Amino acid sequence: MIVFQKPKALTDAPFHYCPGCTHGIIHRLVAEAIDELGIEGKTVGVAPVGCAVMAYDYFACDMVEAAHGRAPAIATGLKRCMPENIVFTYQGDGDLASIGMAETVHAAARNENITIIFVNNAIYGMTGGQMAPTSLPGQVTQTSPYGRDTKTAGFPIKVSEMLATLEGPQYIERVAVNNVKNIKNAKKAILKAFKNQTENKGFSLIEIISTCPTNWGMTPSKALEWVDEKMIPHYPLGVYRDKDKEAE
Amino acid sequence: MAEKVLMKGNEAIAEAAIRAGCMHYFGYPITPQTEIAAYMAKRMPKIGGVFLQAESEVSAINMVYGVAAAGFRVMTSSSSPGVSLKQEGISYIAGADLPALIVNVQRGGPGLGGIQPSQSDYFQATKGGGHGDYRLIVLAPASVQEMADLTVKAFDLADKYRVPAMLLADGTMGQMMEPVELPEPQNSNVEKPWAVRGTNNQRKHNVVNSLYLKPEILEQTNFERFERYKKIEENECIYEEFMMDDAEYCVVAFGIAARISKNAVIEARKQGIKVGLIRPITLWPFPKAPLAKAAKQVKGFVSVELSMGQMIEDVKLAVNCSKPVNLCNRVGGMIPSPEQVLESIKNLVKEAE
Repeated sequence: MIVFQKPKALTDAPFHYCPGCTHGIIHRLVAEAIDELGIEGKTVGVAPVGCAVMAYDYFACDMVEAAHGRAPAIATGLKRCMPENIVFTYQGDGDLASIGMAETVHAAARNENITIIFVNNAIYGMTGGQMAPTSLPGQVTQTSPYGRDTKTAGFPIKVSEMLATLEGPQYIERVAVNNVKNIKNAKKAILKAFKNQTENKGFSLIEIISTCPTNWGMTPSKALEWVDEKMIPHYPLGVYRDKDKEAE
Repeated sequence: MAEKVLMKGNEAIAEAAIRAGCMHYFGYPITPQTEIAAYMAKRMPKIGGVFLQAESEVSAINMVYGVAAAGFRVMTSSSSPGVSLKQEGISYIAGADLPALIVNVQRGGPGLGGIQPSQSDYFQATKGGGHGDYRLIVLAPASVQEMADLTVKAFDLADKYRVPAMLLADGTMGQMMEPVELPEPQNSNVEKPWAVRGTNNQRKHNVVNSLYLKPEILEQTNFERFERYKKIEENECIYEEFMMDDAEYCVVAFGIAARISKNAVIEARKQGIKVGLIRPITLWPFPKAPLAKAAKQVKGFVSVELSMGQMIEDVKLAVNCSKPVNLCNRVGGMIPSPEQVLESIKNLVKEAE
């Protein structure tokens, strides 16, 4: 009896992610959702610029590689010309909340019928650990070597809270993948975000608090603890918008 | 022959695009091309097409990228400052070998410039515009009829070679009204096995991408792309010759500048000056051969442009600087008069004697 196997929606390519990075878990959760809904054959994914830039090698569905931050615009084009297909983007915090903020906000405002997987690890990983729009106050990074000073570098952006002020989006939830309970919850949220699209409900974004042990300068296990100690207090988990619930 | 209708140049582009099977338009308002978006906004919902006003030109071109990746005909339009914003996306589209149409109804620059006609985006259109080694097929209409015809041609060429095409018009062309015979509706049947429309669980996944981290592979994709460009240069160059048979002097101009130049050539002929006109219709590929041929026949050239002299560099290269090439120009939204062009022709004659 098979009790555990690789989701079909992942290819056989080995992930390039650093040890302890939670991208791998998130990839798996997305692929499981695609498998469970049986939508792989009609799904088109859009990969970001950032650590997940090569996500197109890992997901077995058709994929497009976007310019930095532009994934929601590309996804809009894809969905508008193929409304029967399932379109998702997979983006990091620099991609989605800095350079691609306009694309994100307006796709949400239009209630574009797409699914966004937003990985927030409070740092630019791919380029070697610079300050992100979601870096915490005081967080030391390569470009905030004395800690993020909110007087000069501003405050981190709470994407889920901000998008929830818009009338457009269908579903916004923030989850984490630092322990089994949170992973199970993240899975549920991701599945719902895809299911919403199959039911033409509109824009669904799951913000996933992730880790970057390499650039945070921590061991993988310490990084998981840091999520509980620092990240989640600043970025509380929970449902920020669910039109289904509001309709009840 | 189909009935002729009176249309603005911008509207002719929009209607021709729809008739070419383009059911997807993404744009952002900017003068002097907004009629294209307005026309699409009106028509697309009625025919089951997509019109979407994007949040920026940057987004519009990326929506184009998405539809192009799915293998459907798609376009965006803008004017000079907006086209600058699209350059990132255009480079990616070129790098991913996708067909798409970008319309630039040029206005004066640089910067915010003005809203009057210009041809000062010639370099940007023909030499790349964005980062990296790539080309666009660039078509330059000189009448409302050509606004329609070259729009269809642009879609066909883009599909044939998997290269983005640009219709390089200007504010005059966009705003002027002329009778136009609209093209017959057609369906593009070009096979696009590379398109991302879902694997249907029948094939390995398609990936639309311009990232190649291995330099030897990236080099190879550039080589292959340039092989295609070579074919375009060999097969797709279009130009018009006017009174060149016995010409001793040659005016080179495209778009609105060519129409003005034609009047100057006719007037010069009346005054006994044997001058002709070569009008590039494709700016890339540039009609090097007819210019090289003309260089053996004429004593000199005048490049007439609504820029500080951009195409003139390609003219000089095409004739290998074997004959003098003078510039006749106005910029910033100003347009040379036929008299100014005639004066330039006369100056060239004087210099040659």
